Amino acid sequence: MDEKIVSCRGLVKRYGKKTALAGVDLELERGKIVGLLGPNGSGKTTLIKLLCGLLQPTEGAVRIGGKPVGPETKAVVSYLPDRMYFADWMKGHDLVGLFADFYKDFDRKKCEDMCARLELDTGERVKAMSKGTKEKLQLALVMCRNAQLYLLDEPIAGVDPAARDFILNTIITNYNEASTVVISTHLIGDIEKVLDEAVFLKEGKAVLHDGVDVIREREGKSVDALFREVFRTDGREGGEA
Amino acid sequence: MDWKLTGDRPIWQQLTEQVALRILTGEYPPGSRLPAVRELAAQAGVNPNTMQRAMAQLEQDGLAVGSRTAGRTVTVDGAVIAAAREQRAQEAARQYLDALAALGYGPEDAGRLIEEEAERHG
Repeated sequence: MDEKIVSCRGLVKRYGKKTALAGVDLELERGKIVGLLGPNGSGKTTLIKLLCGLLQPTEGAVRIGGKPVGPETKAVVSYLPDRMYFADWMKGHDLVGLFADFYKDFDRKKCEDMCARLELDTGERVKAMSKGTKEKLQLALVMCRNAQLYLLDEPIAGVDPAARDFILNTIITNYNEASTVVISTHLIGDIEKVLDEAVFLKEGKAVLHDGVDVIREREGKSVDALFREVFRTDGREGGEA
Repeated sequence: MDWKLTGDRPIWQQLTEQVALRILTGEYPPGSRLPAVRELAAQAGVNPNTMQRAMAQLEQDGLAVGSRTAGRTVTVDGAVIAAAREQRAQEAARQYLDALAALGYGPEDAGRLIEEEAERHG
């Protein structure tokens, strides 16, 4: 169990001529909530898709809990995509059943309880659900797997602040000490206080990886403020810092 | 009481101060059981590891007493609480003096201003 839950070495991903990841070295420990932070197009979604095996790296290697990405690692990774992939004719409880059939580690009872607390009507069809309802349902499904690594791609985009608080609360009260949660977002101010660590992704590279309170202590400012600084210098002339 | 977190300082320090304040004001009385870390973290909307660190600091400061099985309780040592309260009051006085200094008043004006203000409020 002391293997790093995530280990990336020289990870490169190119789509044709376009380089999405330009050599990422990253190690994540167990029991952390990690923010994967970067502006649009910095490679957040590409990195997450490589971690869950939806994409193959062009160069470099990814290991999850010490193992190369494959069926074994997929069984312990719970992934929330940046868009909903469920058929819209399905009802909430159909999806709960689908997850129970597909994932050995899915806790059906916990999910049904969570849906009740979130006041989700599981008899409703996906088609009829509001965006916030869909996101909450999807998060409940993903967080109710007893996984070792949760990869949440933009879980708070496009929901109102109250729903956002609820989603963040669901995350901090439902992960366990042996698992790590990776949350990608560009809305840092909202999630900063739930994070242990922040990873800044800039132009396909991990340019910073530190504890959130370490950053605050060293910089005397919030991660949000630092983020604005790091990414404002884009396009400025001059040499390397 | 609500949790107030600002951007410029580590979150765990702010949490330590705010839980300590609840102890000093008697909201968490001496000897009482403190809420579980997870519960406090959920209340404040922060990471449980961060809250854990804040509570560990309270133990180090002697305001909380930890036990592996029974959770954390507020210390029953009145002297520790009194000392911490005194220290907070000193910090408040320091901030007051700094605010006056910024306006060009010296420490000699401080007493007079306090007395006048106290009189106005009866």
